[in-house]
Amino acid sequence: MTLPLHPPALPRRRHILVGATGLAMGVVLRPAYAAAGDLAVAVAAYTQGAPVRAGKVKLDIAELVDNGNVVPITVTVDSPMTAADHVKSIAVFNEKNPQRDVARFTLGPRAGKASVATRIRLATSQQLVAVAQMSDGSYWSHTANVIVTLAACIEGDP
Amino acid sequence: MTRILVCLLLSLSLGNACAQNTAGKDRRRSGFEDMGAATQAMQKDDALNPGMLWVQDGEALWKQPAGASGKACLSCHAAAQSSMRGVAARYPAFDAGLGRPITLGQRINQCRQQHQQAAPLRPESQELLGLEAYVALQSRGLPLAPPDDARLEPFRQRGQQLFMQRIGQLNLSCAQCHDGLPGKRLAGNVIPEAHPTGYPVYRLEWQAMGSLQRRLRGCMSGVRAEPFAYGAQELVELELYLKIRAKGMAMEAPGVRP
Amino acid sequence: MARTLINAPSTARRGEIIEIRATIGHPMETGFRTGEDGKVLPRNIIQTFSCRYNGELVFSAELFSAVSANPYIAFHTLATESGTLVLSWEGDNGFSQAESIQLAVTA
Repeated sequence: MTLPLHPPALPRRRHILVGATGLAMGVVLRPAYAAAGDLAVAVAAYTQGAPVRAGKVKLDIAELVDNGNVVPITVTVDSPMTAADHVKSIAVFNEKNPQRDVARFTLGPRAGKASVATRIRLATSQQLVAVAQMSDGSYWSHTANVIVTLAACIEGDP
Repeated sequence: MTRILVCLLLSLSLGNACAQNTAGKDRRRSGFEDMGAATQAMQKDDALNPGMLWVQDGEALWKQPAGASGKACLSCHAAAQSSMRGVAARYPAFDAGLGRPITLGQRINQCRQQHQQAAPLRPESQELLGLEAYVALQSRGLPLAPPDDARLEPFRQRGQQLFMQRIGQLNLSCAQCHDGLPGKRLAGNVIPEAHPTGYPVYRLEWQAMGSLQRRLRGCMSGVRAEPFAYGAQELVELELYLKIRAKGMAMEAPGVRP
Repeated sequence: MARTLINAPSTARRGEIIEIRATIGHPMETGFRTGEDGKVLPRNIIQTFSCRYNGELVFSAELFSAVSANPYIAFHTLATESGTLVLSWEGDNGFSQAESIQLAVTA
């Protein structure tokens, strides 16, 4: 029998529900701001301190997810993917999960196209950053803000 | 007198969600329409639908001999694509032997015990969900067609009563949200009309496949009511009522839902 | 053996970029949840995924707890020659599984 899969450990549900029910659920795109704290540290560790420029990368994700347990994402990088000019790797980081890393993908010229997709877990509304490492040593990124709400009802065991 | 009032109340509240009038088009909405584009894409494409993992299981189990009989589903039913076409759409169906309606899952287990001499599969087990998903897939796109069987009427009525009855510490009835407030939100989730067109469903909240019974039990826990046990008569009656309420809507199994 | 759902073309023209979409059944237990007894449920995730095309590594991924259960990965690869693509998953508790798909590449 598969384990009951509850959402990841979170701040108390009641407080969030009290806050959320009052909110207008229209999508609000918060202005992009430089990644702060832990998230910046995680990105810096990946780039080994090299500067990261915004651009070339597109992190495709819903602005308001249906459920934080399964959030489809696609990361596409604008690159000819030739031996001379290609994406070496793509890393995705989050802001407020228990752990900053989400996934890392290793590509190369044989990929043909720099586009990867997966489904991720998001504990709460937060920023997500996709960083691409290019063959010339440069790093590019795209940051997205995602609104994640908890499921309305707490279920018991299945 | 109370009966008349109850009937009036019922038909009034039924009017909201069951807007399937003869004059206009069917205004009922499947939960599919309340989902975001990404989740809809997961359901529409078999390569993306995680429910297909369970369908694969079902496909394999269909051919596997089971129990003392050494027979597989295949032995009696041949190819599911033909023999099971439209079957899931007709459940719950009245079982003459038991004198009451049974769900597809219960029918599968009945087959296992009576015709394969095999042990029944546990509710919500990977195997039972696999077989249910595989059989339900054979009805995908077909309209929900609960049997027009007079023997089902008392059970349908009880299912309707259950749907209308307030339960739990939160003292809410299914009807209050699903007939009265569909399209509005409950803490960020859109309240659907609650038509069971996609079951068994891959629910993102569960990150797994589950039956309608699991979903109903989840809702009951949500209003702080003691959920009916798996296989309980009440859950079958509720399912029967819901399927009749959704009659004619296209089946979507294996569905994906938030 | 975990269940897998692999979607990839069986034929391609040389130089064509094909997309491979793969799902594997796995709980991806995060290691951050607590059980009924209050104790943390140990992590049990798939940590790596790779695709070898006639033996050559053409794509790989490192997955963390933030990847949803029944992990889905979609990626692209250049159809160079006919052969076998081996998709492998490795993870906690010695989890290891490989699935092969055939690709016929025409001129």
